[in-house]
Amino acid sequence: MITTYNISKKYNNNVVLNIESLDIPKGQSFGLVGNNGAGKTTYFSLLLDLIQPTTGYIKNNNIQVNESEAWKPFTSAFIDESFLIGYLTPEEYFYFIGELRNQNKADVDALVSQFEDFFHGEILNQKKYLRDLSKGNQKKVGIVAALIGNPEVVILDEPFANLDPTTQIRLKGIVKDLAEKQGVTVLISSHDLLHVTDVCERIVVLEKGEIVKDLVTNAATLKELEAHFSN
Amino acid sequence: MVKHFVRLEWKSFLRSASFGKSLAIKILMGFLALYFIAIFLSIGVFLYPALKKAMPDADPLQVVNNVLFYWVLFDLIFRFFFQKLPVMVVKPLLTLPIKRSKIINYVLGKSSLSFFNFLPLFAIIPFGVTLIIEGYPALSVVTWMVTMFIIVLIINFLNFIIESFSAQAEMSFLPIILIVASLYGLNYFSIISFSKLFSDGINAIYEIPVLIVIPILILLGTYLYNFKLLKKKLFLDAGLKAKVKEVQASNLEWTKSFGDIAPFMQLDLKLIWRNKRTKSSVWMLLIGLLYGLFFYPQPQFQNEFWLYPFVGVFSTGIFLINFGQFIPAWDSGYYKLLMSQNIKYEQYLKSKFTLMALSVAILFVLGIPYVFLGWEILLAHFVAAIYNVGVNTHVILYGGSFNRKKIDLSQKAAFNYQGTGAVQWLIGIPLLLLPMGLFTAFYFLVGFEMACLILAALGIVGIVFHQKLMKIIAAKYLESKHKMIAAFNQDN
Repeated sequence: MITTYNISKKYNNNVVLNIESLDIPKGQSFGLVGNNGAGKTTYFSLLLDLIQPTTGYIKNNNIQVNESEAWKPFTSAFIDESFLIGYLTPEEYFYFIGELRNQNKADVDALVSQFEDFFHGEILNQKKYLRDLSKGNQKKVGIVAALIGNPEVVILDEPFANLDPTTQIRLKGIVKDLAEKQGVTVLISSHDLLHVTDVCERIVVLEKGEIVKDLVTNAATLKELEAHFSN
Repeated sequence: MVKHFVRLEWKSFLRSASFGKSLAIKILMGFLALYFIAIFLSIGVFLYPALKKAMPDADPLQVVNNVLFYWVLFDLIFRFFFQKLPVMVVKPLLTLPIKRSKIINYVLGKSSLSFFNFLPLFAIIPFGVTLIIEGYPALSVVTWMVTMFIIVLIINFLNFIIESFSAQAEMSFLPIILIVASLYGLNYFSIISFSKLFSDGINAIYEIPVLIVIPILILLGTYLYNFKLLKKKLFLDAGLKAKVKEVQASNLEWTKSFGDIAPFMQLDLKLIWRNKRTKSSVWMLLIGLLYGLFFYPQPQFQNEFWLYPFVGVFSTGIFLINFGQFIPAWDSGYYKLLMSQNIKYEQYLKSKFTLMALSVAILFVLGIPYVFLGWEILLAHFVAAIYNVGVNTHVILYGGSFNRKKIDLSQKAAFNYQGTGAVQWLIGIPLLLLPMGLFTAFYFLVGFEMACLILAALGIVGIVFHQKLMKIIAAKYLESKHKMIAAFNQDN
């Protein structure tokens, strides 16, 4: 589904990302791990054509992302709070995203109603603007909005950060369900090794912009990752 | 401790976002300040001789004392809209081992160093010095000057008291308007003559300098009251917490008739109505609409037809200029989202175009009563409106693709130059000066009707080539997409 060819990104001769090749098949739940500055967000930004690569390119379903925009209808993402529109209510935000993805209000309502547990009664019908919600609640809105319109690729940057334990567990369920039952390719980055190993079939470790480990998740993966990051 | 506060203040000044702004704005602000200082200075210097000449029988000091009341009212209103107590900056200090009372004294003390408080001194001191030169008793005049400064400070603190009470109200500016209007009304209809009371009081202090303790006591009173108010508020869940307003949603179904741009129009309308900064551009509509009234009724502009289209472009295009110059910076907070969604730049831009064109049409219709001041005015406004829709909208949209300054929508509007770059100033040339120059040239060469025709023709050409122009503009936006994303990602 997503193929990376010799991609690199430099800022003033400072290489922040350099990936020779990375193939993510359809329906895989893919985890990206690494310390701060490892290049996780840079990779996702390149994937969404938010920054331009210095060399190389990424293909999303055989569409080169920095050449054509045809990948947009089946790709969605929540990277950070700048994906939210602060002066809308959560409902208005969902409907707005829905309209952009050709979903009518009923479609959006049907999708959003599946996440009532996840919202824990703090999102819908609160008569509050997104800018007035807490960080964690903003994140919930962003994540659910990224699922509107049956995307085939979902990109979530640090989805577990700022969420309370209950919501973290529910989010893990949602992500697993997406990949296993609906065949959605899910890309996640995280600092929490336990969560990624729980959720992702495959984990790639980035260090200073390079891939240093590419693991298929099994019982020993968590130990291996912990060992890697403790020295 | 004071040393630390001063150092913090100095750093926040040097490192503030506004300090890093382009030189042009700093110079402009500097000029504004100098301009006001110059005005006040000239009031101070020329007031005495002017009053002496205008009213030879009256004592200039008396005349000044008589109108002081009105100055106080005006100053209160002015400060209410432009001066805010900087309480938010103390949030990081709360957990440090500093006494709360010290923080409050610092905040209040800082507010008394405001430019608003020093400005009147530029008028008070020269006027007082003139009085002494003219042979008024020096001690009394000095007391008068000190009293004036104390009154300035009382207004300063009184303003914060009023603000703290009206902050909870929905229409926060209503209380101050009511207070000032009722004071003015009571005075005007001589029910209670405040202006008389006020000048009597000042005169008494002038005669018996010891009475100056009364304004000093009032000042202390307002200070202590502020202290008390602030002390209650200096908790995270009270005054320092940003207020959360309940949403009043409207469905804006009527935008559906605009087809595929409807979602963006809804978004733009919500953007305008739900953010302070953009909301003020709605109030600017009123100013634009009434702008002609400053010019047309005055006899010296009666036959200056060349000026009409300038007023017309400004009057029908005020929203266009105000809103348009910050496209796409209005959306800078969530630009990444828009860029990763399945949207076409053309739809996005067309929504902005439609809003601006609509505003021009509405402002023109509302301005039709100007016809009572002469049919030429209506004609000039009509061609100006066509020019606005056909040329200026496209120019301003094109200019927007050079926009690299983020706007934080939650900031207040007045005197906020955030998001303003050199482009915003340069774009004013084609927007206002070009039509005016063209018109003036043709007006003097061929005549009024012909000049109108030229402007209208330019506008119509723009409207005819609208689709094509939008394609070019959209291509320009696409070209600078990554630069804009990177720029909007930076917090000034």
